[in-house]
Amino acid sequence: MDVSYLRQQSGVAAMTVIIGFEGSANKIGIGIIRDGEVLSNPRRTYITPPGQGFMPSDTARHHRAVILTVLKEALEEAGLKPADIDGVAYTKGPGMGAPLVTVALVARTVAQLWGKPLLGVNHCVGHIEMGRLITKANNPTVLYVSGGNTQVIAYSERRYRIFGETIDIAVGNCLDRFARVIKVKSKISNDPSPGYNIEQMAKKGTQYVELPYTVKGMDVSFSGILSYIEEAAHKMLSSDQCTAEDLCFSLQETVFSMLVEITERAMAHCGSQEVLIVGGVGCNLRLQEMMGVMCKERGAKLFATDERFCIDNGAMIAQAGWEMFRSGQVTKLEDSWITQRYRTDEVEVTWRD
Amino acid sequence: MADPEFFRGAQLLKQGAEARLYRARFLGKPTIVKERFPKCYRHPVLDEKLTHRRTVQEVRSILRCRRAGISAPVVYFVDYKSHCIFLEEIVGSSTVRDYISSTQSKSCKERELEHLAEHIGQILAKMHDEDVIHGDLTTSNMLLRCVLNVGESELILIDFGLSYISALPEDKGVDLYVLEKAFLSTHPNTEELFEKLLKSYAASSKRSSAVIKKLDEVRLRGRKRSMVG
Repeated sequence: MDVSYLRQQSGVAAMTVIIGFEGSANKIGIGIIRDGEVLSNPRRTYITPPGQGFMPSDTARHHRAVILTVLKEALEEAGLKPADIDGVAYTKGPGMGAPLVTVALVARTVAQLWGKPLLGVNHCVGHIEMGRLITKANNPTVLYVSGGNTQVIAYSERRYRIFGETIDIAVGNCLDRFARVIKVKSKISNDPSPGYNIEQMAKKGTQYVELPYTVKGMDVSFSGILSYIEEAAHKMLSSDQCTAEDLCFSLQETVFSMLVEITERAMAHCGSQEVLIVGGVGCNLRLQEMMGVMCKERGAKLFATDERFCIDNGAMIAQAGWEMFRSGQVTKLEDSWITQRYRTDEVEVTWRD
Repeated sequence: MADPEFFRGAQLLKQGAEARLYRARFLGKPTIVKERFPKCYRHPVLDEKLTHRRTVQEVRSILRCRRAGISAPVVYFVDYKSHCIFLEEIVGSSTVRDYISSTQSKSCKERELEHLAEHIGQILAKMHDEDVIHGDLTTSNMLLRCVLNVGESELILIDFGLSYISALPEDKGVDLYVLEKAFLSTHPNTEELFEKLLKSYAASSKRSSAVIKKLDEVRLRGRKRSMVG
């Protein structure tokens, strides 16, 4: 489809409605956005038994089973027919292969059935654009923290540039795996997420246990903490030197301090006075509280969203797709593949100055 | 030395990521006081541990660099109670970051930038040969000072707060990786310039081949790692 034709179609008077499909990990979400307004945003989560992570093929099976129900919900809740939609956005990557393929296949199919253009969205950019939309943050330093990503990002010259990131595993992955390995009477549940349950347990922790603290400039490393907990912490638990709640508390205090520190370093480096937290771990209230204290000390402003928009959802893909569509960036059918590895800074941000 | 009287006479220069910098005079000399104030967002035990460790490491690494002939500010005095380091003020200097930003647009200065990149590579090679890992290499943490009768600028390394001593190629590789990311994100379209820096590093250090190999490994960890969610 010709891009200039699309521009005409999305002229100033007409509103642009984009539907977004997200399924890069264990959430499947479909959201509809009309010029900054979230019309619907239903979501399902694939929850595994305690002690287990989610495997790609099982996750894809889950998404396949519910995606048409979620799609129907999204349209009904928005009160729209397919004819009202201007474009179909889907997550192109990064993420798990099998779930990404499943969702992209459905997005491609409906786009062709409805005769609408496709918009292949970078998942991380989706998070950033949704955060900017909801919080109205103008040009923030972004901390993107989730099960698969830990990045400190700032915008310059048409790219979301990565100033700092994890050099091994993501912070959410560290929390998830901690929940799986820690040996308490009953394992920490994956419902609604391991991170949420760690957050609740941490509130009852009182004793601070020293854990490895690894910051390298604006980068962080979490793998050492996990190995440490697997070894030393088990001994402390079994000899009643500390409780599982103490460990949850200490883990949060340590990893969140690292995240706040690299965010502050990036702010000092870029001269920025705004912070936006996005991604699933971003809805942790203790992280938000610590970031708030840091911002106050510097006279900066903190922007954060709640679980509806922090955690993977369809509307965020629709929002980034909306920006792409309005700036004339569409994805041809033959280019509508997916990729497990897709860096935030690979995307040309054609919609910002 | 956390004497309120002293700080009244001092001028707050800036609040960095983990310390406040004051300009003052110490025994008649122009001095920068780096005060690591308590970070209220951190658990007090963690805060005290990090602050103390970083103050010690910073002073140790500066001394080690200076002994090896690498320019870094002179340490005048350290107060471990208030976590203050009294450092020589590098008068008449600018950051490498500002220099690159102001020079990059001018095409005639390309040669000068290349020369600077090579110089940085040499200094870092020397630092790593001393087993000093800087820990926070950015172009903001390098200063340029004009040396009057030589006609060439002197490169001064600052902010050793995250530094430590290590002989491992892994640590040195990560040090360069941190610089690479900060360099390329701060100064868009400088990939070739950074290549020059690395080439000069490799040529200047006896033990560079293992470090560059590690750097390649660490890069793959960052870029090729699958990222989910």
